[in-house]
This record gives sequence, C-alpha cells and structure tokens, in this order.
Amino acid sequence: MAAITSLGESAPAPQTARPRGMQIGRRRRLNLFRYVTFTIFGLFFFLPLFAMVRFSLEGKQAGTFSLSAWTQIGSTPGLVSAIEITLELAVITCAVVLVLLVPTMIWIRLRVQWISRIFEFLCLLPLTIPAIVLVVGLQPIYNKIEHYNVSALQLFWVYVILALPYAYRSLSAGLTAIDVTTLSEAARSLGASWATVILRVIVPNMWQAILNAMLLTSALVLGEFTIAEILNDVNLQVALFNISRATANAGVLFSTSTAALLFAFALLLILSYVGRRRRRGRA
Amino acid sequence: MPFLGYVGVFLLLPTGIVIWDAVRNPAGQFDLSSLKLLFNPDVRSFFTGSIELSAVSSVTGAILGALLAYAVASGNPDGVVRRLYLAGSGVLAQFGGVTLAFAFNAAIGPSTGFLFHADWYYNFPGGIGLIYIYFQIPLMVLVFLPAIDGLKIQWREATENLGGSTWQYWRHVGFPLLAPAFIGATLLLFANALSAYATIQAWENQIAYTVPQQIYISINSEVGLASNEGDVLALGMVVFVAIIMVGYALLQRRAARWLR
Repeated sequence: MAAITSLGESAPAPQTARPRGMQIGRRRRLNLFRYVTFTIFGLFFFLPLFAMVRFSLEGKQAGTFSLSAWTQIGSTPGLVSAIEITLELAVITCAVVLVLLVPTMIWIRLRVQWISRIFEFLCLLPLTIPAIVLVVGLQPIYNKIEHYNVSALQLFWVYVILALPYAYRSLSAGLTAIDVTTLSEAARSLGASWATVILRVIVPNMWQAILNAMLLTSALVLGEFTIAEILNDVNLQVALFNISRATANAGVLFSTSTAALLFAFALLLILSYVGRRRRRGRA
Repeated sequence: MPFLGYVGVFLLLPTGIVIWDAVRNPAGQFDLSSLKLLFNPDVRSFFTGSIELSAVSSVTGAILGALLAYAVASGNPDGVVRRLYLAGSGVLAQFGGVTLAFAFNAAIGPSTGFLFHADWYYNFPGGIGLIYIYFQIPLMVLVFLPAIDGLKIQWREATENLGGSTWQYWRHVGFPLLAPAFIGATLLLFANALSAYATIQAWENQIAYTVPQQIYISINSEVGLASNEGDVLALGMVVFVAIIMVGYALLQRRAARWLR
C-alpha cells in the first residue's frame, strides 16, 4: 500500500494513509494490534450468536439440520400473541414518547430556556433508577389502573419512562443542529399556526433524530423483561423465559431469539447508513 | 404541561412510594427501624454478591472495551469496520437479557455447549461474569470512544518530535488524559451491572445471588424478612446507584476539559 512507497522517509504521510501522525513501523505495529483485536473480539461476539443460530437449525438428531424450530414459532402456544403484543407496545411507546417529547422540547427551546437544565435532569433520571426499583414502586399504581386496562399493552406507560433518556438524547442532538428560533419566527410571520410550525417546519428538519429516537425506543421495548415479568404481563421476553423454564433448550427459543436479534440489528444498521448518506449529501 | 404530569405519575411517584414504604412500619407510621434490615447478614450477602459481580464484570469489561475502542478509533473514521462495530455495539449493549443467557447456554452450557461444555458455567461470579462482559464491552466502546476520538494527533506528534517512545506517550500523555473518562465509564458499567436482572434470572433462577433477584422474591412471596423488604432493598439500591452516578458525572466533567 501507500505505506510501502514512503518507507524509510520522514516525509509527511501520503494522503491515502490513515490520518495518524505516526512513523511507519509504529503504524504497522498498530495495524497488527488492530487486526488481532478485531479478530479476537469478533470471535467473542460472534460465537455465542453463531451457537444460537446453529441450535435454531438443529434437527431431531444432533448434528443434523432442520427448519422445524423456525416453523414452530407460529405454532407454539402464546408465542405469536406475545410477539404481536411486543410489536404493538413498540409502536405505542414510540408514538407516546414523540408526542410527549417533541412539542415540549421545541417549546422549551423557544420560550423557556431556563427550564432546560431541569428538563434534561428529569429525562436522564430513569438511567439512574434501576428498572427493578421502579417496578417496586409501580406495583401499587398499576393495581389502581388495572381496572381500566387489563392487557399487557398497559406496559407502555412505564416503557415510555424507560425510553426517555435515549429519546431525549437523540432528539436534543437533532434540535441543536437546526436553528429553531429563526425557522419558527419565519413560519409564524408568514401566518403559520403553532401546529403547522411544529409539524411542517421543524419536524421535517429533524427527521433523522426522530427516526433515531424511534429505533432506540423500539430496541428497548423488544428486549424488556424485568418490568413485564414482575407485573405478570407476558411480552416476548417473558414468553421466551416461560418456555425455557418449561422445556430447557427448546429449539423455538433459539429461532425466536435469533429473529428478534436480527430485527434489531437490521434496524440499527439501516440507521447508520441513512445517517451517513445524510452527512455526505450535506457536505 | 402533560410531560410533567406523566413523569410525575410514572417516575417520581413510584420512587417516592419506594422511599416512603421503606421508612414505614406495618402500622403505617414513620419508622426507620426497617432500614436496619440492610445490615442483616442475609441481606448483606445479596449486596456483596451484587457488588462482586458488578466489580468483576465492570473492570474486565472496561479494560477490554477500552482496547477495542482504541482499535476502532485508530482506523478509518468512515470505514466498514467502524460502522459495523458501532452498530453492533448499539445492539449488543442492549442485548443483555433473557436471550443472552440462551445464547451462552447454547455456546458453552455445561450439557449443551456447542463449542465446549463448561463445568464452570454455573459458577458465581465467574460464569455469569463472562456473560455480563458480553454486554459490558459494547457499552464501554460506546461511552469511551468519544474520549479516544478526542485524543489529538498533535499530542502524539509532539511526543515523537521530542523523542518519546510509544510507551512514554501512553505513560505521560495518553493515559493521564484518558484516566478520568476511563474511571467514569467503569463506574457507569458498574451501575449497569448492578441494575441488571433479566440475564441472571434466565441464567439461573433457583438461587438468588444479587439484590434484584431478592427484590423479585420478596415482592412475589409472603415469606420475607419484613413486609417491606422489597422496598428497603430497592431504597438501598437507589442510594448505591445514585452515589455511583454522581461520581460518574463529576469524572465526566473533569474528562470533558480536554476533549473539545
């Protein structure tokens, strides 16, 4: 590569080289370190996942392949309804988080800047309160509202709280990147209502941040177990847990887990590509 | 303002209920005697277990995660490897949970392991610690990468121009600069492990080793050391995590001084 052509020279690194102001020998050693590190960590992260995928494809006898664990997803009692509930929960939680946060954050930025520190503190507070603690205090409240709504969908009330810190961070990054004051003043002086300002002027400008907040929220809801288990509501993770208690190492556990994980990974990979294209387009 | 109402009912009120119930006796009067429960030897063993597991997994996770973060940071900032590892870290840091225990059971479970059959799989904290490291390393990469990205090439060049070796660069420049961020991130990992519940529950739910497991037992069964045992344990955890997070915030502020 370019490194070889400039071997033995102390001239500045050629343009194609990595942006590190280091000598050639040192860079080569660094690259060796990087490849070794990536290989070892890659294996550590990959092997358990691989084992899970392999188990999901295991046939009747050890060492054979079959898709039966994947077809069982549809026929295992309770599993399909748990998946439905979890997906619905993800959608509802995303919607509530956005409706709750976006107008409030725009309003704070435009009108009441002084409150923003307290607001940030409140939004990040759930990070310091473990879910298991939250649920101890939530039980009495849930016993009260249970009269109105008895399905597991009621979990969204807490999930919104759990998602607050992640949604807040991405939305706040999106809002900082645009000039909210100028945009809204321009729209207002052209006669737009506040609803128009928010929905048709500001929201389209921070679409990337909103998408980010939605994906993080969905990932969180897909993986939530603690609160659902303790409140005796069956979501995807609780359903899997119950199956694993009834039959250890049931194949359907591994196929469903693999599917859920692939789903989350695809969401985040899409996001990272969208974000990159945006940056390029702007530059 | 709907936001305040919502946060009030579902965040502040539950926390208040926990604290209030922890300092009441069964008759409903204010009474601090329940808090003595925190010094009960049985209860202390859960706290010891939690701390042991969190310490092992956070320190190991932090060191390995920092190495990986450095390897990621020293590559092409727009390259495939970096994107893959960042997206992967985002998923895997959240991956702690029931599924993770299944994956490890499939890989190295004592009777089912695909790679090998680990006799130590059910050891505490060794076996579960290894599983925790699986989500601690990605979290470390996510929180520590900005600090490493903040290391300026000029500092490295300056060291080399003055005749410094790689070792001297790390000993006198790199490590002191990164130390506050590193310790802060370790604290965050510690708090993360402390509040984790799903993974250890799916790993082994016969024996309670940690505080969250005992909280589950005490709010789901009538037999407990006290009627409000769950609340007292929860309060103990809140205080613990709060102290750690304050330390984290202070160290982050210290670290931010150089990383602009």
